[in-house]
Amino acid sequence: MTGIGKLLSGAALGLALTAGMAAAEGDTIKVGVLHSLSGTMAISETTLKDTVLMLIDEQNAKGGVMGKQLEAVVVDPASDWPLFAEKARELITVDDVDVIFGCWTSVSRKSVLPVLEELNGLLFYPVQYEGEESSKNVFYTGAAPNQQAIPAVDYFLDELGVEKFALLGTDYVYPRTTNNILEAYLQQKGIAAEDIFVNYTPFGHSDWSKIVADVKALGADGKKVGVISTINGDANIGFYKELAASGITAEDIPVVAFSVGEEELSGLGEGDLKNLVGQLAAWNYFESAESEANEEFVAAWKAAMGEDRVTNDPMEATYIGFNMWVNAVEEAGSTDTDAVADAMIGQEFPNLTGSTATMLPNHHLTKPVLIGEILEDGQFDIISETDPVPGDAWTDYLPDSAVLKSDWQTLDCGMYNTETETCVQIKSNY
Amino acid sequence: MTQGFLSKNPSVLIFLSALALFTLVITFLSNAYGAELISTSMVKTLGKTLCLCLIAIAMDLVWGYMGILSLGHFAFFGLGGYMVGMWLMYARTRDIVLQSNAGLPLTPQELSDAIASQIFGVVGTSELPAIWAFAGSLPAQLALVLLVPGLLALVFGWLAFRSRVTGVYLSILTQAMTLALALYLFQNDSGLRGNNGLSGLQNIPGLAWAGQDRLSVWFLWASALALGLCYLAAAFTVSGKFGSVMRAIRDDEARVRFLGYPVEGYKLFVFTLTALIAAIAGALYYPQAGIINPAEIAPIASIYLAVWVAIGGRGRLWGAVFGAAFVSLVSTWFTGGRAPDLNLGFYTVKWVDWWQVLLGLSFVMVTLFAPKGLSGLVDLLDGLRPPQRRGAPLGPNEGALQEREAQE
Amino acid sequence: MRRLFLALAASLALAIPAPAQEAPDLSPAVAEAPISGLAAVIAENAKAIAKPSRKTIGPVIGAISAAGPGAPAFLEAWADKRLGQRKSDKAIFLVDRQGDNYRLVDPITGADAGEAPRKQISEIKPNAGVRGLIAAALIKFQLSDPDISKRQDALVALARDGGPQHIAPLAASIAAEPDAEIKAQKERMLALLTIRFGENATDRVAAIESFGADLGLDFRASLNPLVATTRRAFDGAPTGNVATELRPGKDGFTAEEAYDLLVAENRAPARLDRADLRAALEAHIEKGAVAGIPLAELDVPARRDEAYDALEAAGLVPAAATDAEVAQTVAAHRYAEIYAEPDAAVTTAAAAALKSVSLKVNAMQGADLALDALSLASIYFLAAIGLAVTFGVMRVINMAHGEFITMGAYTGYVVQLYIADYTLSILVALPLAFAVTFAAGVAMERLVIRHLVRRPLETLLATFGISIALQQLFKNIFGTQARPLTAPEWLDGAWVLNDVVSISYIRIAIFVLALVFLGLFLFVMSRTRLGLEVRAVTQNPSMAASMGINPDKINMLTFGLGSGIAGIAGVAIGLFAKVTSELGADYIVQSFMTVVVGGVGNIWGTLAGASLVGGLQKGIEALNPSNTLAAQTYMILFIIIFIQFRPRGIIALKGRAAGD
Repeated sequence: MTGIGKLLSGAALGLALTAGMAAAEGDTIKVGVLHSLSGTMAISETTLKDTVLMLIDEQNAKGGVMGKQLEAVVVDPASDWPLFAEKARELITVDDVDVIFGCWTSVSRKSVLPVLEELNGLLFYPVQYEGEESSKNVFYTGAAPNQQAIPAVDYFLDELGVEKFALLGTDYVYPRTTNNILEAYLQQKGIAAEDIFVNYTPFGHSDWSKIVADVKALGADGKKVGVISTINGDANIGFYKELAASGITAEDIPVVAFSVGEEELSGLGEGDLKNLVGQLAAWNYFESAESEANEEFVAAWKAAMGEDRVTNDPMEATYIGFNMWVNAVEEAGSTDTDAVADAMIGQEFPNLTGSTATMLPNHHLTKPVLIGEILEDGQFDIISETDPVPGDAWTDYLPDSAVLKSDWQTLDCGMYNTETETCVQIKSNY
Repeated sequence: MTQGFLSKNPSVLIFLSALALFTLVITFLSNAYGAELISTSMVKTLGKTLCLCLIAIAMDLVWGYMGILSLGHFAFFGLGGYMVGMWLMYARTRDIVLQSNAGLPLTPQELSDAIASQIFGVVGTSELPAIWAFAGSLPAQLALVLLVPGLLALVFGWLAFRSRVTGVYLSILTQAMTLALALYLFQNDSGLRGNNGLSGLQNIPGLAWAGQDRLSVWFLWASALALGLCYLAAAFTVSGKFGSVMRAIRDDEARVRFLGYPVEGYKLFVFTLTALIAAIAGALYYPQAGIINPAEIAPIASIYLAVWVAIGGRGRLWGAVFGAAFVSLVSTWFTGGRAPDLNLGFYTVKWVDWWQVLLGLSFVMVTLFAPKGLSGLVDLLDGLRPPQRRGAPLGPNEGALQEREAQE
Repeated sequence: MRRLFLALAASLALAIPAPAQEAPDLSPAVAEAPISGLAAVIAENAKAIAKPSRKTIGPVIGAISAAGPGAPAFLEAWADKRLGQRKSDKAIFLVDRQGDNYRLVDPITGADAGEAPRKQISEIKPNAGVRGLIAAALIKFQLSDPDISKRQDALVALARDGGPQHIAPLAASIAAEPDAEIKAQKERMLALLTIRFGENATDRVAAIESFGADLGLDFRASLNPLVATTRRAFDGAPTGNVATELRPGKDGFTAEEAYDLLVAENRAPARLDRADLRAALEAHIEKGAVAGIPLAELDVPARRDEAYDALEAAGLVPAAATDAEVAQTVAAHRYAEIYAEPDAAVTTAAAAALKSVSLKVNAMQGADLALDALSLASIYFLAAIGLAVTFGVMRVINMAHGEFITMGAYTGYVVQLYIADYTLSILVALPLAFAVTFAAGVAMERLVIRHLVRRPLETLLATFGISIALQQLFKNIFGTQARPLTAPEWLDGAWVLNDVVSISYIRIAIFVLALVFLGLFLFVMSRTRLGLEVRAVTQNPSMAASMGINPDKINMLTFGLGSGIAGIAGVAIGLFAKVTSELGADYIVQSFMTVVVGGVGNIWGTLAGASLVGGLQKGIEALNPSNTLAAQTYMILFIIIFIQFRPRGIIALKGRAAGD
């Protein structure tokens, strides 16, 4: 008996697993939850898993969907990108789920995409992302760049009079693509290329002294400097601490962040927060938004998870996506992917900030853009709110994608070249 | 010769037949070719596990037999994956571009631009980096699977062994190598799509008709074949005189050098050979995983590799294979959220949270109490008892023969 | 009585839909009471005040600030977000949230206007841009304000949004300024404003020259816009304030750029690029061929050019500019960099001043970089010193060292949970972190490492096992969320030498801490019995043992000491970065590098290693400021190569002590 025996027993283990799952068939609608519960992304994604579970409980209490109860199937892809694909395949083929709520990072979504398209699954993706994608099988309930980055830059240009930009980001696809779009956009707006300073740092970067000094030195031109930050996660803490220490205030050099929300700020103590008051974040939702739906949602969340838990933008996106899915299933009268996907387009649901979200033919939502100033208690003071902006899958500011559009209703294509009037590809680019 | 070799090493025959049996059983239980008892994702997991077993053999050769604790073999694994991934992405995208093209046929430049903007549009550039020059050709890219990691191992090994970097220093240096590579690949400017890496690799261009059910079984076969062949080759290498020199270098490098053997040459050969095995494993692994990105190369991966081999049992090829298969499968199970919670009354142990702790501690335990790993248990069954020397080496030096190796 | 009158005036103003400025003319009563003018202006612009935009609010702010005595107070309340609007009648009040209600106060008179439930009031939140405009409008009221903080506010606002209209009031306020410091600031500000907006060139040149080689960011910020240039093409001799004339093909100005400039200025037609060529050909596909050339052959550029030429000859497509035509057009024009500032005397003076400053600025930037490098080196030194101790004495690589650092940082966090005073909590946290990690280190040595003596590779693996277990344990206990570890207030801010060189106090404190540990370590090693024994065990354990030293005990103590220092490093790192379970892991590789590069068994080696690694990192960062990740990659590559040439590090032990 050698290692082979164990290999076989491993296989037997897999068999047992498979059998165990198949046995759990019943008269329920299965909802897959594909969020990392361990690893580096667990901190962000666990919150979304809890949100989906809370929404499912609420929906079941209301009588479920089409008279059936919803059943959550939670798996843990452990922040391991290949594992996302594997778990998605498992959810669709083994667990037979009808819809998946999941993913946070772009790379995890790109990992899952081919599986979804192969097996015709349905994914609701709730996080702001860099755009340049539209899959038949994915509904993007987070913001596309034109629903977060572009309005924030407009705010910088129009309201703050910023003339020189520092684009600071963590080195991965979302900041890279967003900054590319912003660079093109800023140049169209008449900002010279040499007035745009770009810097990329690794994940979890902690030594910010030089970068902050560089940003400060940009002011030597006599132009007003603003920072667009796509710095991700924990790295923000060191960045804001260094910023505060160098005495830069929001009036001198405003910083607008696309990845800093209520959760990230809770990693800073009061002492640091008071130095950050007035710095900005752009989202489609803040916990401090004033609407009755939001009050209910926040209250339900705190009741379920504890008083000190905060809500954030991807949670609202999950909330909208989940409710739209419920309505679409009711409308389609089935959980079949194609039927639900057809019914999804045109769905309307009130968002938590007082306006209405509409699902567009390109599988993106209309969303209002909110800009908030950081307050001393780690919440945001909403100082600007636009009307809902329709999400644009392919940005208009990069020449390659300006000619592309996505329309799953009439064109049935996610990557349609309007110049040559051909569908570049039915499946998405991954 | 083969006859003599196999009869001297019965474990090789047992291993190969068990591997063949395993492959057959899985095939006949798969969705594509049999009873549909094993899901396609399980077949993929098993196929990937075979690739991990393959790199574990490489690790065992270089560490268990040669005494070089390399903490960087996943760099070669990842490079192999990247090389094959480049062709997979390029060829798939080329098909898409050609399909959607209307009007004039594309010039080579236009074709490459269109492919580039498809592949790199995601990360915001649209130029094909120079390193993709051969991506259009499968044979060239397959050759690169061996050439690139082989060359890296050769250059790195030559520099390191030439200046007599040994022991812990060498381990740290290999770790630095893999870290540098991972950080390099993390940059978007590296031309391999940065953090996003290469994705959609499970869709093999030209084989779309086969479907994932069949492809997964084919890759399982390929992985099993590669594992079998490499096992055979590795067993052959370590059983002869070459193997004796390898072990001698591990036990007392200076003495072997004074006996006139070119120690550096031996080390360099084995280091490069194992890098090649790792690259083959990677090239087979990533089309099954579907995506490769720099996180796969992070130093932690290579350390886990050492953990697998240590738990399985060093200096025994099947021990390494067993360790890799066992630990990686059990890890998958525990972190998958499927393992039932353990209720201790006062505290509920959620395995998702506690598995890492258990793994870490069991690793310490194995190092402390079972230096031969789990496969050492077989010795107990055979009635072999090591003398009680409290782990002291037999010789005078740190690298000297340890008691556990005395009976081999 | 007066109040009634005011209310009347206000309601009157409300009723009249005319522009605010005209309101006084309609009623003599209103005209006599300037305060009512403010009320009228507010009421008139209620909508704009409630939702202000920087682009359009200027006239409103202007009208308010010109409306009389109550204006500054109103503007201040507006900027401080203390205003609210009643939804029913759009009236604006000073609001104060009290539970579910707002207390309303008239913004002009300060009269109590009762309470309103939360739902009926929307708070007015002007954005930072509008607040800046308000602050600029307040400047003229504040420049001579008796309150010194108001005058300082005015100076800050002037620095941000000063304009030509501020020169006169600023100059007027200087003479009566009682505070010497503020007076100096005012004079400096006046000079800066003169440089930018002064009316005659002599004043401006004089102002520029008055600064000398001043390093101030504001000075350079005033000069640089003056010397900003644009590139333009001319038919004849360049006109305007010419900075330099450009010649195509020379001084980095290519003929291509020249042509692009001409295209941009609509002086020449754009060249036919590949996409246009393709589109033009596609528009003329006939029966699977373009101009007689079959489609299948059009996948080579040369054939496409032929096809286009054929179409051009047939007059089907516009003629494309040939290379000769392009060259001719380029040669027919002249090009120059033109200053935006028309006055040559000013630009000359500004350019000269900038030139004299720039050398100094470069030197200062070098100094700042050196400070950054020093700070990073001290952090690496702190993180690595414990590792160096254990590796030097016991030849054991402790992979769990990073987790000991994390443990120290979490100790600091836990202490802050119980001790609210930040200064006190740090003073408690430092020794406590040392104690906790010392204990952990000793425990690990006794339980694991002692049993793996002389099996260095296996110690490496066993400690790695401990490392992953500890890291996950931290996650289970403290969560994956980053935890706050706040520095005491006296460490807030930065030590500022000038506008270029500055370093935060926390970093200085860490530097001092590293120095203290260096000193402490040297003292222990060379002046105490323990140090003597440690050195003896390091050099020759068996000989030391035969001299009556217990190597086991020494090993245990050294390991504890090394771990304890890691704990202290953890508190220090947590203060300026984040506290997560991965904090230590982020530093472990750099720590290894530091030890390996520096050479083992010698504290000076560690110091040299830390300086090299830190300096290198910052140096490469400075060479490639847009990509910090690349800097890390190249640093590691450098270290790999460095090890090839000095395999035992910068300061290698020699002789017997070297062991192998």
